[in-house]
Amino acid sequence: MANAFFANWRQNIIYIGFVVIFLVFAVTLADKGFLNPNNLLNIVRQTAMIAVMAIAMTFVLSAGEIDLSVGAVAGLATVTVAMGIAAGGPIVGVGAGIATGLAVGMFNGWLTTRIGIPSFLTTLAMMGIAKGVAMWISATAAVPILSPGYSWLFGGGNLGPLPVLLLWMAVLGGIGHIVLRRSGFGRRVLATGGGETAARYSGIDTKAIKFKVLVISSLAAALAGMLYAGRLQSGRFQLGEGDELSVIAAAVLGGTSLFGGKGTVIGTIVGALMIGLINNGLILMGLEFSQQLIARGGIIILAVALSQKRS
Amino acid sequence: MTANVAAVRMTGISKTFGGVRALDDVSFEVMPGEVHALLGGNGAGKSTILKVLNGVHRPDKGTIEVGGVALSSHSPEASRAAGIAMNYQEMSLVPTLTVAQNIFLTREYRAGTGLIDDHEAEKHAAGIFAMLDVFVDPKALVGDLGAGQKQLTEIAKAISQDATVLVLDEPSTALAVSDVERLFVFLRKLKAKGVAIIYVSHRMDEIARIADRATILRDGRHVITAPLSELPIDTMIEHIVGRRSKGLSDVERGLAVKGDVLLELDNVSGRHKPENVSLTLHRGEVLGLAGLLGSGRSSLARVMAGIDPVARGEIRIQGRAVTIRKPGDAIAAGVALVPEARATQGIIPDHSVASNMILAVIDRLSKGGLVDTKVGNDLTDAQIERLRVKTTSRDHAVSTLSGGNQQKVVIGKWLATDPDILILDEPTAGIDIGSKSEIIRLVRELAAAGKGIIMISSELSELLTACDRILVMADGRVHQDLPRDALEDPSVPADDLAHRLQAAEQRLQIEIQKALAVQEVSHG
Repeated sequence: MANAFFANWRQNIIYIGFVVIFLVFAVTLADKGFLNPNNLLNIVRQTAMIAVMAIAMTFVLSAGEIDLSVGAVAGLATVTVAMGIAAGGPIVGVGAGIATGLAVGMFNGWLTTRIGIPSFLTTLAMMGIAKGVAMWISATAAVPILSPGYSWLFGGGNLGPLPVLLLWMAVLGGIGHIVLRRSGFGRRVLATGGGETAARYSGIDTKAIKFKVLVISSLAAALAGMLYAGRLQSGRFQLGEGDELSVIAAAVLGGTSLFGGKGTVIGTIVGALMIGLINNGLILMGLEFSQQLIARGGIIILAVALSQKRS
Repeated sequence: MTANVAAVRMTGISKTFGGVRALDDVSFEVMPGEVHALLGGNGAGKSTILKVLNGVHRPDKGTIEVGGVALSSHSPEASRAAGIAMNYQEMSLVPTLTVAQNIFLTREYRAGTGLIDDHEAEKHAAGIFAMLDVFVDPKALVGDLGAGQKQLTEIAKAISQDATVLVLDEPSTALAVSDVERLFVFLRKLKAKGVAIIYVSHRMDEIARIADRATILRDGRHVITAPLSELPIDTMIEHIVGRRSKGLSDVERGLAVKGDVLLELDNVSGRHKPENVSLTLHRGEVLGLAGLLGSGRSSLARVMAGIDPVARGEIRIQGRAVTIRKPGDAIAAGVALVPEARATQGIIPDHSVASNMILAVIDRLSKGGLVDTKVGNDLTDAQIERLRVKTTSRDHAVSTLSGGNQQKVVIGKWLATDPDILILDEPTAGIDIGSKSEIIRLVRELAAAGKGIIMISSELSELLTACDRILVMADGRVHQDLPRDALEDPSVPADDLAHRLQAAEQRLQIEIQKALAVQEVSHG
């Protein structure tokens, strides 16, 4: 088992890389409080939303599609949740958030599978639409959330020593992993992305699969938005902006193929944590934001390059 | 067994694709416990009627009954539910899943928890391969398998469905002779259990051995259905081609006028295969590579064409040592390869005939970075005429042409580079007999025009018809270098061409088997 792990080291580079980077930071940043439990839990808090969206993105990429609208949809959901809570309390707010994800996802899925627009374009357009709607309905202002219960459950709270966000990430990650690996739906997703014609000839309704993964992705984005809103006790259209790139990077770092057919949810979560880890370490090192961007980009390129199979 | 109810009865099936009538009022019936061969040239409608049967295509007209019950809807799911299973030539496997996962795709084994149990699937997959008496690793990724193993996986997938109607579309194209033999043994067992088997193949010898009855289609119409006993091979071919033909044996081979040495290989090895291959090719000569799948024929072709690297040894072209590191080097040195997998390596199916034809010579046709369309079109038209490509226009997508004509486009594309040396890897795979002899005639013409040709084919009769000299390969090595005449059997009268070809084929088959035996001894 251990031998197999190292024989396929390229495939498992994300786990090795995660440990290596963690150790490097643990040694070099020991005096800056890197290993402080609070700092480590903060990494989790900052990563959870990316991880939640990346779990769903793993399904989208595995099915051979892509969703660029997740960041903007998360931002829109923060606004609809906050407005829902203001209008009718937390239940209405949560309902509004889920409805946002469902509506966007079904629209993305319909355009992609029925009209035949590639998901790259569908979701690129949706990215602008979602942001526009969020700005418009909130008049570009932050919408405060005055429900402590909501804020505790969706992002702000702790259960004993553990942040609630960690539980969200762990539970969704566990479900996502089992569904992708061991359920009939997961197998159909991987088959659709691995060889669409073959999947169709085997009796898989590949359009339905693609529709579903896009709906799941938007629902996950809406949930991430609800977590952002709970953590920051407000809805703002800027929340989640640019997250789509971190989300896709997390999935690809974790070993999910951009071309479909190959994906792992555990890898994705480690990928998301690694991005959070790098961000945190670079900040503690005292790098300027400009330098952080460059260093982060370099590390991601290195990790993905090492994971490529040589022919 | 209900002997009088047909396992499948298709009545009056018609299907049109964008104005082209693929099937015209075709009826077709298969009884339980029967192996029924479905024959026809390319474009005859075989694939279409099979795709109608398994629900991929919806018929415009006609009805399908399975076991006496009419199919009410047309989808892969509905056909499968009715008990129809089919292997597809290359399309139903997902490369990123394992063999076992592919075999049981959409019919996964579940653990008590309702979750997929891949271990159980692997056990059952191993069981199916054991029944077929072949070995394929159920845990291997399909994308890592060779063609033969993929084909066995494809067959296992069809068999695993315990269907009452099993459709095998060209199941033997990538299989070794011994694996085909085992498949036949297994099919006879299924037949005894009352399974109806529809068997599609271009290989008449196989059909003669396994089938009980045959139905022949031509141009989308039903020609004849008859017991095999009433259909000798000549008659079958006559019905398929639509005119009296002796198949390959009437291709004029003529005498090769050997010119200068074009290509020499001196102890060339690839990374894995080939091993220490030396050969010489002259102008005007057609050199055949014979051997089973995995004998290193295609690897040798890829090394010569710069697709796989040369590990050791020297390649000389017209006396000068050349370094071939990438396909561009080979093209520059005058070597062109018509590759084995037409659909992925040979053509861009959605692009027009013209843009495929000029693909390898775009630089030559460009002025100031722009492609000169007129010169390109002239070149395309010239090749269409020279190679007798059947297409209504050079602007049609290559995917709309028949297999034989697609292959001519690939050959035309490489001829446009004006190579001295043309390597053809399985140029006639999946092509009907009429087009086959045309391609072989073309090969002879090209040799007569001064090119040196290396041809790989699994169909020995083709090699014997086309080649002046044949190398017998096994396990990456060349075991024999035989002039074509050495394979003649002097006891057969010279004017009995069909019989002479058959006798030569037997001799070549023996040489191939001998080479295998040598290999087994040396690996002892």
